[in-house]
Amino acid sequence: MRYMLMHYQTQDMEDGVPPTPDQQAAIGEYMQEAAMAGVLLSGEGVGPSSKGARVEVADGAVRVIDGPFAEAKELIAGFAILEVDSLAEAVEHARRWAQIIGTHRVDVRKVVEIEDLQPGG
Amino acid sequence: MRGGLDPHLDERVAALWRVESPRVIARLMRLLGDLDTAEEIAQDTFVAAIEKWRRDGVPDNPAAWLNTTARFLAVDRVRRRDTRRGKYRLVAASQPRALEHDLDEIVDGDLKDDLLGLIFMSCHPLLSPDARSALTLKLVCGLSTEDVARAFLTPAATIAQRIVRAKRTLAAAKVRFELPPAGERQARLDAVREVVYLVFNEGYSATSGDRWIRGDLCAEALRLGRMLAALTPSDTETLGLLALIELQASRLRARTGPDGEPVLLLDQDRSRWDRLLIRRGLATLDRIERLGGTAGPYALQAAIAAGHARATVAADTDWEGIAALYDGLARISPSPVVELNRGVATAQAYGAEAGLAIVRPLFDVPGMRDYHLLWAVAGDLLCRSGEHDKAREHFRRAAAMTRNSVERVTMQDRAARCATGHETT
Repeated sequence: MRYMLMHYQTQDMEDGVPPTPDQQAAIGEYMQEAAMAGVLLSGEGVGPSSKGARVEVADGAVRVIDGPFAEAKELIAGFAILEVDSLAEAVEHARRWAQIIGTHRVDVRKVVEIEDLQPGG
Repeated sequence: MRGGLDPHLDERVAALWRVESPRVIARLMRLLGDLDTAEEIAQDTFVAAIEKWRRDGVPDNPAAWLNTTARFLAVDRVRRRDTRRGKYRLVAASQPRALEHDLDEIVDGDLKDDLLGLIFMSCHPLLSPDARSALTLKLVCGLSTEDVARAFLTPAATIAQRIVRAKRTLAAAKVRFELPPAGERQARLDAVREVVYLVFNEGYSATSGDRWIRGDLCAEALRLGRMLAALTPSDTETLGLLALIELQASRLRARTGPDGEPVLLLDQDRSRWDRLLIRRGLATLDRIERLGGTAGPYALQAAIAAGHARATVAADTDWEGIAALYDGLARISPSPVVELNRGVATAQAYGAEAGLAIVRPLFDVPGMRDYHLLWAVAGDLLCRSGEHDKAREHFRRAAAMTRNSVERVTMQDRAARCATGHETT
């Protein structure tokens, strides 16, 4: 089964402060380790919200707001998709990931697959 | 959860065993030299973890705790063992040196090499294919003996015995934990890839039992393939194997109908194919191309699978391209099964007669007359060239031969449909 790990931004990430060489090395090492565990299917990171936009729909009206957005810590900084046996296994990977990148939060969510959409499946 | 009771502790430890035990065992293997002791100490380490964590809560970095504890238990074991022998030295795969020096080097050593060493050991050519698969699933994938037994539909006692024997064989031959020298590396990697593909295929089209696909086995093979590709990132055949199994696995959901019956490639609902796996498979093929060199058998088979993956509807399949890839595969890695598939692709590209010209001689190859798929393919091609009576007979033979009950029903059904002359695939 697949889980999506989404980690949240730090203020530094939002401010566009690049990770220190030590942090970069740690992240590289973790990515290699996750690959060696045979569970990593895909992953991407996103830049600060100042380089993005938000589409909001209220009462049927669509509004586009350019970044940056307040509440940097409520914004997603990236995701990884893992193929694992259980939520518990995904959580163990999320725990390591959170410590290495220094985020305050990683959400672990099940990726919906065809089987999940079938009655009784 | 620090300091509190963790209601999910058993579940968490099980997940950690799955993720961390191969690494712990690999490190212990290098340190201690023998598989039995390494596995035993890994188990002791996890038992100690459960006891401590139940009391104090799980630490923030359980992996680090497990490695430190494993190292402590191993050092203790080595000291006691060496004291017994009246010598204070480390019995390890490396040259005996000062104990602490060696330990530091091993603990900080390359995890990549440790894992590769464990994989090479589990897939050692001295072992039978069955033993290799069982040992690899247990040690490298972190499955329990019961899980391995369930995966292979074999009694747990049989698997346990198989694993004990395998370990005994390795110990008797004094197989050491080490990376094979450059000259042997490719042959040893071939043996590893064979295990991965064997496990995958047993899952992809089960040879026995009442299910056509065993997804759990496929998942283990994919995990192993990804591990191996991460450990040997510039080996084009390993990448080829990974691309091949990911592309094949992308069709898993489309390969069975509502009642578990097999759905053949050309009849599959391609919207059910797994786009993420296809994208990964195609990206891996690009990587192989960038690495250059001659395509090996796995890379060629992956290119064939990619030919199907790229066609969003069956009618768009580039059959000429696929037939040409099979011609190449038949040259570098000839086998009756490759020839059979080449016949199928050639029939699609150039007509049933062209396919039959390749398939017919296979009935004279020793052993092939007992292969149900030869009868099924020939039946299909005969049907398409209008020879319905012969075709029906071929499907009946195929049905009588297969050991898979789901497949048998499909063959019987095809025989029946062919009888009416309505078969138009």
